[in-house]
Amino acid sequence: MKIEILGTGCAKCALLGKHADEAARSLGLDYELSYVKEIPDILARGVMSTPALVVDGVVKLQGHVPTVRSLAQLLRG
Amino acid sequence: MSDARNDMTCCSGDQPASPEPGFWRRGGWLLLALPLWFALYHVLEPCADWLAYTRLGLAPASRLGSAVAFFAYDAPKVVMLLALVVLGVTFVQTFISPDRTRDILAGRAGIWGNLLASVFGIFTPFCSCSAVPLFIGFVRVGVPLGVTFSFLVSAPMVNEVALFLLLGLFGWKIALIYAGTGLAVAFLAGWVIGKLRMEKHLEDWVMQIDFKPSTVAEAGKSFSERLDLAVDGVRDIVGKVWPYLLAGIAVGAFIHGYAPEALMAHIMGKAAWWSVPLAVLIGVPLYSNAAGVIPIVQALLGKGAALGTVLAFMMAVTALSLPETIILRKVLKPRLIAVFITVVTAGILLVGYLFNAIM
Repeated sequence: MKIEILGTGCAKCALLGKHADEAARSLGLDYELSYVKEIPDILARGVMSTPALVVDGVVKLQGHVPTVRSLAQLLRG
Repeated sequence: MSDARNDMTCCSGDQPASPEPGFWRRGGWLLLALPLWFALYHVLEPCADWLAYTRLGLAPASRLGSAVAFFAYDAPKVVMLLALVVLGVTFVQTFISPDRTRDILAGRAGIWGNLLASVFGIFTPFCSCSAVPLFIGFVRVGVPLGVTFSFLVSAPMVNEVALFLLLGLFGWKIALIYAGTGLAVAFLAGWVIGKLRMEKHLEDWVMQIDFKPSTVAEAGKSFSERLDLAVDGVRDIVGKVWPYLLAGIAVGAFIHGYAPEALMAHIMGKAAWWSVPLAVLIGVPLYSNAAGVIPIVQALLGKGAALGTVLAFMMAVTALSLPETIILRKVLKPRLIAVFITVVTAGILLVGYLFNAIM
Protein backbone atom coordinates (compact mmCIF):
# COMPACT_ATOMS: atom_id res chain seq x y z
CA MET A 1 0.00 0.00 0.00
CA LYS A 2 1.35 3.40 -0.99
CA ILE A 3 0.39 6.23 1.36
CA GLU A 4 1.14 9.80 0.33
CA ILE A 5 0.81 12.86 2.55
CA LEU A 6 0.24 16.02 0.50
CA GLY A 7 1.14 19.42 1.91
CA THR A 8 3.70 22.18 1.66
CA GLY A 9 5.21 21.26 4.99
CA CYS A 10 3.28 22.97 7.74
CA ALA A 11 2.61 21.48 11.17
CA LYS A 12 -0.71 19.99 10.10
CA CYS A 13 0.88 17.98 7.30
CA ALA A 14 3.39 16.50 9.72
CA LEU A 15 0.56 15.66 12.11
CA LEU A 16 -1.41 13.89 9.38
CA GLY A 17 1.71 11.91 8.52
CA LYS A 18 2.14 10.89 12.13
CA HIS A 19 -1.51 9.87 12.52
CA ALA A 20 -1.50 7.93 9.23
CA ASP A 21 1.67 6.15 10.24
CA GLU A 22 0.21 5.17 13.61
CA ALA A 23 -3.04 4.01 12.04
CA ALA A 24 -1.33 1.91 9.36
CA ARG A 25 0.99 0.34 11.91
CA SER A 26 -1.84 -0.51 14.28
CA LEU A 27 -3.57 -2.35 11.41
CA GLY A 28 -0.36 -4.21 10.59
CA LEU A 29 -0.47 -3.03 6.98
CA ASP A 30 2.35 -3.46 4.51
CA TYR A 31 2.80 0.18 3.53
CA GLU A 32 5.17 2.84 2.37
CA LEU A 33 4.62 6.42 3.50
CA SER A 34 5.96 9.42 1.63
CA TYR A 35 5.46 13.19 1.60
CA VAL A 36 4.55 15.26 -1.47
CA LYS A 37 5.58 18.85 -0.83
CA GLU A 38 5.82 20.62 -4.21
CA ILE A 39 2.71 22.61 -5.18
CA PRO A 40 2.60 21.38 -8.83
CA ASP A 41 2.80 17.77 -7.61
CA ILE A 42 0.00 18.40 -5.13
CA LEU A 43 -2.21 19.98 -7.82
CA ALA A 44 -1.39 17.17 -10.26
CA ARG A 45 -3.13 14.82 -7.84
CA GLY A 46 -6.25 16.97 -8.01
CA VAL A 47 -5.86 18.36 -4.52
CA MET A 48 -6.20 22.02 -3.57
CA SER A 49 -6.65 21.95 0.17
CA THR A 50 -3.91 20.47 2.23
CA PRO A 51 -3.08 18.42 4.21
CA ALA A 52 -4.39 15.58 2.08
CA LEU A 53 -4.09 11.82 2.09
CA VAL A 54 -3.65 9.76 -1.07
CA VAL A 55 -3.72 5.96 -0.93
CA ASP A 56 -2.53 4.05 -3.99
CA GLY A 57 -3.22 7.07 -6.17
CA VAL A 58 -6.72 7.74 -4.84
CA VAL A 59 -7.41 10.92 -2.85
CA LYS A 60 -8.94 9.76 0.43
CA LEU A 61 -9.26 13.01 2.32
CA GLN A 62 -8.23 16.62 2.07
CA GLY A 63 -8.15 19.71 4.22
CA HIS A 64 -8.20 18.26 7.70
CA VAL A 65 -6.44 15.93 10.10
CA PRO A 66 -8.69 13.15 11.43
CA THR A 67 -8.06 11.11 14.54
CA VAL A 68 -5.95 7.96 14.38
CA ARG A 69 -9.10 5.93 14.94
CA SER A 70 -10.97 7.24 11.92
CA LEU A 71 -7.85 7.08 9.78
CA ALA A 72 -7.58 3.40 10.62
CA GLN A 73 -11.18 2.92 9.49
CA LEU A 74 -10.39 4.75 6.28
CA LEU A 75 -7.29 2.69 5.56
CA ARG A 76 -9.07 -0.57 6.29
CA GLY A 77 -12.03 0.10 4.02
CA MET B 1 -13.06 -7.04 38.19
CA SER B 2 -11.45 -7.96 34.91
CA ASP B 3 -14.24 -6.09 33.16
CA ALA B 4 -13.40 -2.89 34.98
CA ARG B 5 -9.75 -3.19 34.07
CA ASN B 6 -10.65 -3.81 30.46
CA ASP B 7 -12.73 -0.71 30.50
CA MET B 8 -9.93 1.41 31.81
CA THR B 9 -7.37 0.29 29.27
CA CYS B 10 -9.82 0.82 26.48
CA CYS B 11 -10.40 4.45 27.28
CA SER B 12 -6.93 5.53 28.22
CA GLY B 13 -5.49 5.74 24.72
CA ASP B 14 -6.61 6.41 21.18
CA GLN B 15 -7.32 2.77 20.43
CA PRO B 16 -8.13 2.30 16.77
CA ALA B 17 -10.01 -0.91 17.35
CA SER B 18 -12.45 0.24 20.07
CA PRO B 19 -15.79 -0.51 18.42
CA GLU B 20 -18.39 1.58 20.27
CA PRO B 21 -17.16 4.50 22.36
CA GLY B 22 -19.04 4.80 25.62
CA PHE B 23 -21.50 7.51 26.54
CA TRP B 24 -18.82 9.70 28.09
CA ARG B 25 -16.52 9.52 25.10
CA ARG B 26 -19.38 10.13 22.71
CA GLY B 27 -19.98 13.58 24.16
CA GLY B 28 -21.54 12.94 27.56
CA TRP B 29 -18.61 14.73 29.18
CA LEU B 30 -19.97 17.98 27.72
CA LEU B 31 -22.93 17.78 30.13
CA LEU B 32 -20.48 18.06 33.00
CA ALA B 33 -17.86 20.31 31.40
CA LEU B 34 -20.18 23.08 30.21
CA PRO B 35 -21.80 23.95 33.57
CA LEU B 36 -18.36 23.77 35.18
CA TRP B 37 -17.08 26.18 32.56
CA PHE B 38 -19.84 28.71 33.26
CA ALA B 39 -19.42 28.43 37.03
CA LEU B 40 -15.68 29.02 36.77
CA TYR B 41 -16.14 31.89 34.31
CA HIS B 42 -18.33 33.74 36.77
CA VAL B 43 -15.98 33.56 39.75
CA LEU B 44 -12.94 34.75 37.78
CA GLU B 45 -13.28 38.44 38.53
CA PRO B 46 -13.62 38.16 42.34
CA CYS B 47 -10.73 35.67 42.31
CA ALA B 48 -8.50 38.06 40.34
CA ASP B 49 -9.37 40.97 42.62
CA TRP B 50 -8.67 38.84 45.66
CA LEU B 51 -5.30 37.81 44.23
CA ALA B 52 -4.22 41.34 43.34
CA TYR B 53 -5.64 43.35 46.23
CA THR B 54 -5.87 40.93 49.15
CA ARG B 55 -3.22 38.29 48.57
CA LEU B 56 -0.60 40.57 47.00
CA GLY B 57 -1.81 43.60 48.97
CA LEU B 58 -1.76 46.02 46.04
CA ALA B 59 -3.88 49.15 46.20
CA PRO B 60 -6.82 49.04 43.76
CA ALA B 61 -6.11 52.62 42.70
CA SER B 62 -2.41 52.01 42.05
CA ARG B 63 -1.06 51.48 38.54
CA LEU B 64 0.59 48.17 39.38
CA GLY B 65 -2.53 47.02 41.19
CA SER B 66 -4.86 47.68 38.28
CA ALA B 67 -2.39 46.18 35.78
CA VAL B 68 -2.04 42.99 37.84
CA ALA B 69 -5.78 42.68 38.39
CA PHE B 70 -6.37 43.18 34.65
CA PHE B 71 -3.90 40.43 33.80
CA ALA B 72 -5.10 37.99 36.46
CA TYR B 73 -8.70 38.43 35.33
CA ASP B 74 -8.15 38.66 31.60
CA ALA B 75 -5.65 35.85 31.02
CA PRO B 76 -7.82 32.97 32.31
CA LYS B 77 -10.97 34.65 30.98
CA VAL B 78 -9.73 34.98 27.41
CA VAL B 79 -8.21 31.48 27.40
CA MET B 80 -11.47 29.97 28.66
CA LEU B 81 -13.51 31.94 26.17
CA LEU B 82 -11.14 30.92 23.40
CA ALA B 83 -11.45 27.24 24.28
CA LEU B 84 -15.25 27.35 24.21
CA VAL B 85 -15.35 29.39 21.00
CA VAL B 86 -12.90 27.11 19.19
CA LEU B 87 -14.88 24.05 20.28
CA GLY B 88 -18.07 25.45 18.79
CA VAL B 89 -16.52 26.88 15.64
CA THR B 90 -14.48 23.78 14.81
CA PHE B 91 -17.54 21.62 15.32
CA VAL B 92 -19.53 23.71 12.83
CA GLN B 93 -16.60 23.74 10.42
CA THR B 94 -16.64 19.95 10.14
CA PHE B 95 -19.70 20.54 7.94
CA ILE B 96 -17.90 22.91 5.54
CA SER B 97 -14.96 22.23 3.23
CA PRO B 98 -13.00 24.31 0.72
CA ASP B 99 -14.11 21.96 -2.07
CA ARG B 100 -17.76 22.54 -1.35
CA THR B 101 -17.18 26.30 -1.15
CA ARG B 102 -15.31 26.23 -4.45
CA ASP B 103 -18.13 24.40 -6.20
CA ILE B 104 -20.65 26.89 -4.85
CA LEU B 105 -18.60 29.85 -6.07
CA ALA B 106 -17.61 28.45 -9.47
CA GLY B 107 -18.97 30.54 -12.32
CA ARG B 108 -20.62 33.07 -10.04
CA ALA B 109 -19.66 36.39 -11.53
CA GLY B 110 -20.92 39.72 -10.30
CA ILE B 111 -21.87 41.20 -6.98
CA TRP B 112 -23.47 38.03 -5.58
CA GLY B 113 -20.31 36.09 -6.20
CA ASN B 114 -18.22 38.60 -4.26
CA LEU B 115 -20.73 38.73 -1.43
CA LEU B 116 -21.03 34.96 -1.13
CA ALA B 117 -17.25 34.53 -1.29
CA SER B 118 -16.75 37.07 1.51
CA VAL B 119 -19.20 35.25 3.76
CA PHE B 120 -17.78 31.80 2.98
CA GLY B 121 -14.30 33.17 3.60
CA ILE B 122 -15.17 33.58 7.28
CA PHE B 123 -16.22 30.04 7.97
CA THR B 124 -14.48 27.82 5.44
CA PRO B 125 -11.67 26.12 7.30
CA PHE B 126 -8.35 26.03 5.54
CA CYS B 127 -4.75 25.88 6.63
CA SER B 128 -2.97 29.13 5.79
CA CYS B 129 -0.16 27.13 4.20
CA SER B 130 -2.52 25.84 1.52
CA ALA B 131 -3.38 29.34 0.25
CA VAL B 132 -1.55 28.86 -3.07
CA PRO B 133 -3.02 25.48 -4.09
CA LEU B 134 -6.41 26.79 -2.95
CA PHE B 135 -6.05 29.92 -5.06
CA ILE B 136 -5.14 27.88 -8.14
CA GLY B 137 -7.90 25.37 -7.46
CA PHE B 138 -10.49 28.15 -7.28
CA VAL B 139 -9.33 29.98 -10.40
CA ARG B 140 -8.92 26.85 -12.49
CA VAL B 141 -12.37 25.52 -11.74
CA GLY B 142 -13.92 28.77 -12.88
CA VAL B 143 -14.32 30.88 -9.78
CA PRO B 144 -13.85 34.44 -11.14
CA LEU B 145 -10.61 36.12 -10.07
CA GLY B 146 -12.35 38.91 -8.17
CA VAL B 147 -14.56 36.42 -6.33
CA THR B 148 -11.49 34.40 -5.38
CA PHE B 149 -9.92 37.54 -3.95
CA SER B 150 -13.01 38.34 -1.90
CA PHE B 151 -12.61 34.89 -0.37
CA LEU B 152 -8.88 35.28 0.23
CA VAL B 153 -9.23 38.69 1.87
CA SER B 154 -12.15 37.80 4.08
CA ALA B 155 -10.62 34.56 5.34
CA PRO B 156 -7.84 36.09 7.46
CA MET B 157 -9.52 39.44 8.04
CA VAL B 158 -12.77 38.23 9.56
CA ASN B 159 -11.45 35.52 11.81
CA GLU B 160 -14.27 33.34 13.07
CA VAL B 161 -12.60 32.81 16.42
CA ALA B 162 -11.91 36.52 16.88
CA LEU B 163 -15.52 37.23 15.96
CA PHE B 164 -16.92 35.17 18.80
CA LEU B 165 -14.24 36.37 21.22
CA LEU B 166 -15.38 39.92 20.52
CA LEU B 167 -18.95 38.83 21.05
CA GLY B 168 -18.04 37.42 24.47
CA LEU B 169 -15.88 40.35 25.55
CA PHE B 170 -17.64 43.40 24.09
CA GLY B 171 -21.12 42.31 23.12
CA TRP B 172 -22.88 41.90 19.80
CA LYS B 173 -22.55 45.47 18.53
CA ILE B 174 -18.75 45.44 18.29
CA ALA B 175 -18.78 41.88 16.97
CA LEU B 176 -21.25 42.86 14.26
CA ILE B 177 -19.24 45.94 13.32
CA TYR B 178 -16.09 43.83 13.08
CA ALA B 179 -17.73 41.23 10.84
CA GLY B 180 -19.63 43.79 8.78
CA THR B 181 -16.68 46.03 8.02
CA GLY B 182 -14.38 43.09 7.32
CA LEU B 183 -16.93 41.68 4.87
CA ALA B 184 -17.27 45.09 3.26
CA VAL B 185 -13.53 45.40 2.68
CA ALA B 186 -13.30 41.85 1.29
CA PHE B 187 -16.29 42.46 -0.94
CA LEU B 188 -14.95 45.77 -2.26
CA ALA B 189 -11.38 44.54 -2.78
CA GLY B 190 -12.58 41.52 -4.77
CA TRP B 191 -15.09 43.58 -6.73
CA VAL B 192 -12.47 46.15 -7.74
CA ILE B 193 -9.95 43.47 -8.75
CA GLY B 194 -12.67 41.76 -10.79
CA LYS B 195 -13.58 45.02 -12.54
CA LEU B 196 -9.94 45.72 -13.39
CA ARG B 197 -9.78 42.43 -15.35
CA MET B 198 -6.39 41.41 -14.06
CA GLU B 199 -6.43 37.78 -15.23
CA LYS B 200 -3.34 38.34 -17.39
CA HIS B 201 -1.39 39.32 -14.30
CA LEU B 202 -1.45 35.81 -12.93
CA GLU B 203 1.82 33.93 -13.24
CA ASP B 204 1.72 31.83 -16.41
CA TRP B 205 2.07 28.47 -14.69
CA VAL B 206 -1.21 29.01 -12.83
CA MET B 207 -3.23 28.47 -15.99
CA GLN B 208 -0.87 25.96 -17.60
CA ILE B 209 -0.41 23.51 -14.79
CA ASP B 210 -2.15 20.17 -14.87
CA PHE B 211 -5.12 20.30 -12.50
CA LYS B 212 -8.27 18.24 -12.47
CA PRO B 213 -10.08 18.38 -9.14
CA SER B 214 -10.59 14.98 -7.62
CA THR B 215 -13.74 14.52 -5.65
CA VAL B 216 -13.35 12.82 -2.34
CA ALA B 217 -16.24 10.74 -1.21
CA GLU B 218 -15.68 10.97 2.50
CA ALA B 219 -18.00 9.02 4.69
CA GLY B 220 -20.38 11.16 6.73
CA LYS B 221 -19.01 11.83 10.17
CA SER B 222 -20.82 10.90 13.34
CA PHE B 223 -21.53 13.37 16.13
CA SER B 224 -18.75 11.97 18.29
CA GLU B 225 -16.31 12.07 15.38
CA ARG B 226 -17.09 15.76 14.84
CA LEU B 227 -16.75 16.39 18.55
CA ASP B 228 -13.38 14.62 18.59
CA LEU B 229 -12.24 16.89 15.76
CA ALA B 230 -13.48 19.91 17.70
CA VAL B 231 -11.55 18.85 20.80
CA ASP B 232 -8.47 18.35 18.63
CA GLY B 233 -9.05 21.85 17.28
CA VAL B 234 -9.16 23.30 20.81
CA ARG B 235 -5.93 21.53 21.71
CA ASP B 236 -4.30 22.63 18.49
CA ILE B 237 -5.38 26.28 18.44
CA VAL B 238 -5.17 27.04 22.15
CA GLY B 239 -1.79 25.32 22.20
CA LYS B 240 -0.58 27.48 19.34
CA VAL B 241 -2.18 30.76 20.30
CA TRP B 242 -1.56 31.03 24.03
CA PRO B 243 1.88 32.68 23.83
CA TYR B 244 0.43 35.38 21.54
CA LEU B 245 -2.52 35.66 23.83
CA LEU B 246 -0.48 36.07 27.01
CA ALA B 247 1.81 38.57 25.27
CA GLY B 248 -1.25 40.46 24.06
CA ILE B 249 -2.81 40.45 27.51
CA ALA B 250 0.48 41.57 29.09
CA VAL B 251 0.68 44.50 26.66
CA GLY B 252 -3.00 45.14 27.34
CA ALA B 253 -2.42 45.07 31.11
CA PHE B 254 0.47 47.51 30.77
CA ILE B 255 -1.67 49.88 28.71
CA HIS B 256 -4.50 49.46 31.21
CA GLY B 257 -2.32 50.28 34.20
CA TYR B 258 0.26 52.71 32.90
CA ALA B 259 -0.70 54.42 29.65
CA PRO B 260 -1.91 57.93 30.42
CA GLU B 261 -5.46 58.32 29.23
CA ALA B 262 -5.06 61.85 27.95
CA LEU B 263 -2.08 60.93 25.78
CA MET B 264 -3.78 57.80 24.40
CA ALA B 265 -6.94 59.69 23.56
CA HIS B 266 -4.77 62.29 21.88
CA ILE B 267 -2.85 59.78 19.75
CA MET B 268 -5.58 57.28 18.98
CA GLY B 269 -8.66 59.42 19.46
CA LYS B 270 -10.76 60.51 16.54
CA ALA B 271 -9.53 64.08 16.59
CA ALA B 272 -6.19 63.12 15.09
CA TRP B 273 -6.64 62.55 11.34
CA TRP B 274 -3.32 60.73 11.04
CA SER B 275 -4.16 58.13 13.68
CA VAL B 276 -5.85 55.79 11.18
CA PRO B 277 -2.96 55.57 8.67
CA LEU B 278 -0.55 55.34 11.58
CA ALA B 279 -2.49 52.42 13.04
CA VAL B 280 -2.32 50.64 9.67
CA LEU B 281 1.38 51.37 9.34
CA ILE B 282 2.08 49.92 12.78
CA GLY B 283 -0.24 46.99 12.17
CA VAL B 284 1.16 45.68 8.87
CA PRO B 285 4.61 44.49 10.05
CA LEU B 286 3.06 43.09 13.23
CA TYR B 287 1.96 39.61 12.47
CA SER B 288 -0.20 37.98 15.04
CA ASN B 289 -3.15 35.76 15.33
CA ALA B 290 -6.39 37.72 15.57
CA ALA B 291 -6.94 36.26 19.03
CA GLY B 292 -3.68 37.83 20.24
CA VAL B 293 -4.71 41.31 19.10
CA ILE B 294 -7.98 41.33 20.97
CA PRO B 295 -6.62 41.93 24.51
CA ILE B 296 -4.69 44.91 23.13
CA VAL B 297 -7.82 46.16 21.42
CA GLN B 298 -9.69 45.80 24.68
CA ALA B 299 -7.17 47.92 26.59
CA LEU B 300 -6.92 50.56 23.85
CA LEU B 301 -10.69 51.01 23.70
CA GLY B 302 -10.78 51.31 27.48
CA LYS B 303 -8.27 54.14 27.29
CA GLY B 304 -10.32 56.21 24.91
CA ALA B 305 -8.93 55.13 21.53
CA ALA B 306 -11.41 55.67 18.72
CA LEU B 307 -13.21 52.59 17.43
CA GLY B 308 -12.34 53.22 13.77
CA THR B 309 -8.65 53.52 14.56
CA VAL B 310 -8.67 50.33 16.59
CA LEU B 311 -10.57 48.45 13.87
CA ALA B 312 -8.05 49.61 11.27
CA PHE B 313 -5.19 48.46 13.48
CA MET B 314 -6.74 45.05 13.97
CA MET B 315 -7.49 44.55 10.28
CA ALA B 316 -3.98 45.59 9.26
CA VAL B 317 -2.45 43.10 11.69
CA THR B 318 -4.54 40.18 10.46
CA ALA B 319 -5.22 40.83 6.76
CA LEU B 320 -1.96 42.25 5.49
CA SER B 321 1.17 40.38 6.34
CA LEU B 322 4.57 40.04 4.78
CA PRO B 323 4.76 36.22 4.82
CA GLU B 324 1.39 35.94 3.09
CA THR B 325 2.38 38.45 0.43
CA ILE B 326 5.57 36.53 -0.30
CA ILE B 327 3.58 33.32 -0.68
CA LEU B 328 1.07 34.97 -3.01
CA ARG B 329 3.91 36.30 -5.15
CA LYS B 330 4.27 32.73 -6.44
CA VAL B 331 0.98 33.04 -8.30
CA LEU B 332 0.55 36.79 -8.83
CA LYS B 333 2.68 39.07 -10.96
CA PRO B 334 3.99 42.20 -9.21
CA ARG B 335 1.29 44.47 -10.56
CA LEU B 336 -1.53 42.30 -9.22
CA ILE B 337 0.24 42.06 -5.86
CA ALA B 338 0.49 45.85 -5.80
CA VAL B 339 -3.21 46.23 -6.65
CA PHE B 340 -4.13 43.68 -3.98
CA ILE B 341 -2.18 45.51 -1.26
CA THR B 342 -3.42 48.92 -2.37
CA VAL B 343 -7.06 47.93 -2.53
CA VAL B 344 -7.04 46.19 0.85
CA THR B 345 -5.17 49.07 2.50
CA ALA B 346 -7.59 51.58 1.00
CA GLY B 347 -10.50 49.53 2.30
CA ILE B 348 -9.06 49.42 5.81
CA LEU B 349 -8.43 53.18 5.82
CA LEU B 350 -11.97 53.77 4.63
CA VAL B 351 -13.39 51.65 7.46
CA GLY B 352 -11.23 53.49 9.99
CA TYR B 353 -12.29 56.96 8.88
CA LEU B 354 -15.91 55.95 8.44
CA PHE B 355 -16.24 54.66 12.00
CA ASN B 356 -14.36 57.55 13.50
CA ALA B 357 -16.76 59.86 11.66
CA ILE B 358 -20.02 58.19 12.68
CA MET B 359 -19.35 56.89 16.19
